[in-house]
This record gives sequence, C-alpha cells and structure tokens, in this order.
Amino acid sequence: MKAPEFAYARPATLAEALALLARPGAQALAGGQSLIPSLNMRLSAPELLVDIGGLPGMSAIEVRGGSVRIGALVTHAQLERSEQVARHLPLLAQAVPQVAHAAIRNRGTLGGSLALADPAAEYPACALALEAVLCVAGRNGERRVRAEAFFKDLFVTDLAPGELLVAAEFPAAKAGDRSAFGELARRQGDYAIIGLAAHNRRLVFFGAGPTPVLARKASSQKTLAQAKAALASELAPPADLYHSSAAKLHLAGVLLERAWTSLSTSN
Amino acid sequence: MDKSLDIELTVNGSRLRRRVAARTHLVDFLREELGLTGSHAGCEHGVCGACTLRVDGEIVRGCLMLAVQANGRRVDTIEGLSDSGEIARLQQAFHRHNALQCGFCTPGMVIAAQELVRQGRKASREEIRAHLSGNYCRCTGYQAIVDAVEEVVNGQG
Repeated sequence: MKAPEFAYARPATLAEALALLARPGAQALAGGQSLIPSLNMRLSAPELLVDIGGLPGMSAIEVRGGSVRIGALVTHAQLERSEQVARHLPLLAQAVPQVAHAAIRNRGTLGGSLALADPAAEYPACALALEAVLCVAGRNGERRVRAEAFFKDLFVTDLAPGELLVAAEFPAAKAGDRSAFGELARRQGDYAIIGLAAHNRRLVFFGAGPTPVLARKASSQKTLAQAKAALASELAPPADLYHSSAAKLHLAGVLLERAWTSLSTSN
Repeated sequence: MDKSLDIELTVNGSRLRRRVAARTHLVDFLREELGLTGSHAGCEHGVCGACTLRVDGEIVRGCLMLAVQANGRRVDTIEGLSDSGEIARLQQAFHRHNALQCGFCTPGMVIAAQELVRQGRKASREEIRAHLSGNYCRCTGYQAIVDAVEEVVNGQG
C-alpha cells in the first residue's frame, strides 16, 4: 500500500499555490489524513501534490464581531484546544472529539474535511447546521459560498478545479442558542453510522445521504413525537455493509430523542 | 516539477539531510533509509496506529505523512524516546502488566500513551480507551494495556 509516483511542491504564497493548482492533475494537500490513505490505496493518482501547509494566514481562529473565522489549515487538535471555539461554537466543540483519533486530529484540518465533503464527516454537518460561509480563493479573487450551496453531492462541492478553500466563517452562538451533537459509531473515532448536528431547531444529519441532510420538516415540529414522524418522511439514509436503511432511520430517531431535551430547554 | 526533493530534518536529536522521493511515507523513510524499524508499517492507511511517531512534539501517523512533509521538523521515534528514558515508566508498566504479546502494536501504543502521560492530568479508563482508540492490538484484548497506562497516567507507575 504505497502511494503512486507524483511531483510535489510547497508554495509559500496563495498566488503561487493557485498557479500550481491550475495545472492539470494538480491536487491540494493539507493535513493529508484522507488524501494520503486514498493515494496509498491507489484510489487517487494526482500528477502534482501542492502542499498548502506552508501558506500564511490560514492557521488562525479569529473572532470578528458576531462570527468566528477559522483558517482552512486549523487542525482538529487546535479546534479541540481553542477556548474561542468552546465559548462561541459549542456545536463544533462537541463535534471535534468525535473526529477520528488523537494522532489524526493532530494533522487533519478543518478545510480538508470541508473540501473533501465525506458524507459521514462531522464538520460539513456542523457547517450546514450553523449556516457557515465558506471562503474560496481562485485566480480571480475570493468568493463566499453558503454551506447550503457548498455541499452538492457525494464528495462533490462547489469548489471548481483550481480553487482552494481558505477559511470558514461560523456565526458565533448567541445567548439562548442551543446546540446538540450526537454520533453513533461502533468504536470511538470510527466513521459515523449516523450522526446529528443540531443548532437550535436546525437538525442536520450526517451519514444519512450523499451530503449532510437538513431535515426541514422535522426541524419545524413542536413535539418530539411529531419531529420523529416527520423524520421518517424526509430521511432515507443509504444502507451500508452493516446497517439497513431502516436501522439507520431508527438510530436517527434515537439521536433526535437524545438531543431534543437540550435543544428545548430554555434559559 | 520535482518527484524527488532534498529534505533536512532532526530525527531523535540528530540533524540529517537526505534526498527522498515525494511519494515516500515518513514511516518508510525512517525504516528503510535510516534503519529505524521500531515504527511499524501495519495497515498503511491510517487505521491501525502501529506507525505512530512524534513530529514537533505531537503524535502522528507515519503512514499518513510524506517524508517531504517532515522537512525542517523534529521527528522522534520509539528508539529515541526509549534511549532518552522518557518512556521508561510506560515500558516498565507494560512489562509488569503483560500488556503485550506479539509486540507489533507496542511501539505505537507506547508513543500514543505517552502523549496522555505528558498532558499531566489524571485520566479515567474510558478516557484512556478513547485516547488509544486509534491503536489496534490483536493479541491482548486491551485490558492489560489500559491497566499499564492507567498506572502511569495516574501516577502510580
């Protein structure tokens, strides 16, 4: 399980990185915790890896007014240790310890996870629940994309070839906001069988479809029983090797039940 | 574009310069180029944790990092941590508790556990299990490993 041959470059500026990413067969490398396994398994064969690990200004967590801007190169471990994330983004703070294992959290990045858009990953669901905005750099400048428009299909995002995700901006939690995070996995750190990232009554399930799924009908119900009934009408999680769609739907209801009280309690 | 690059790094305290193929994983560089075979290549896709080593003081998967990404960094392997005595208490506790059988997972297990020890706070068995969740052992059933780590982390080792 060795990676195929490729060329490697480590640009020092964003402009240089974007010029390299415009080449055919170029692929951005951040923490590499998903890309390198896919290279090892020969699922991916880029001609050029553009290591963005040395780019300046993409490793900070900044609170600006009512939002928290997190650079794409911020690692899971940095998020886990951040007091700002704990204070302003309690949903993300609850999600981070569920991301893989300690050694992977030291290398893997927020931007890498969002840009890959694995349907069982935690951050895309959190971004959708929190209505984050993703900052995308291209050769013609930076554009901003709402999370709802960013995750398009299985491992497909709004990123065009040659573009780079540079940061994500999350609205900071306000007084009285409630969030809840739950994930079911066979072992700590495994991919989720199914998960729920909820901010106030915005319920987003992951491992439940090709992208994170905002359960609109369930989100608007007044009682838990109504929400669970609504869930059955709008969520059709794909079966995996071990769990049928019906089992996953049942587990989604279990997560909703666990989250419901903390989402409903008022200050 | 270059498929091989010159890198300069510090491994177990020694400064080195080498030319490496970009596709070479850090664990293979350590094992094959430097003869440091204590870091084990197991699953080679980030699942088993046998290749766990330390880069700039933090544990990483040696199979999920390229040697070129270690350019300019400090790498510590089980050999260095053993020679320096840093992991002596864990080694003794693993021995005392029979926390290994075939030993394949042990270097990665000990380096991962040492990160918890360095945090300097007490940990429950559940926290120890969560911290070691990325390191597979196919012999022991983990009980003895958790016993050994618990003893050291909670200051009895």
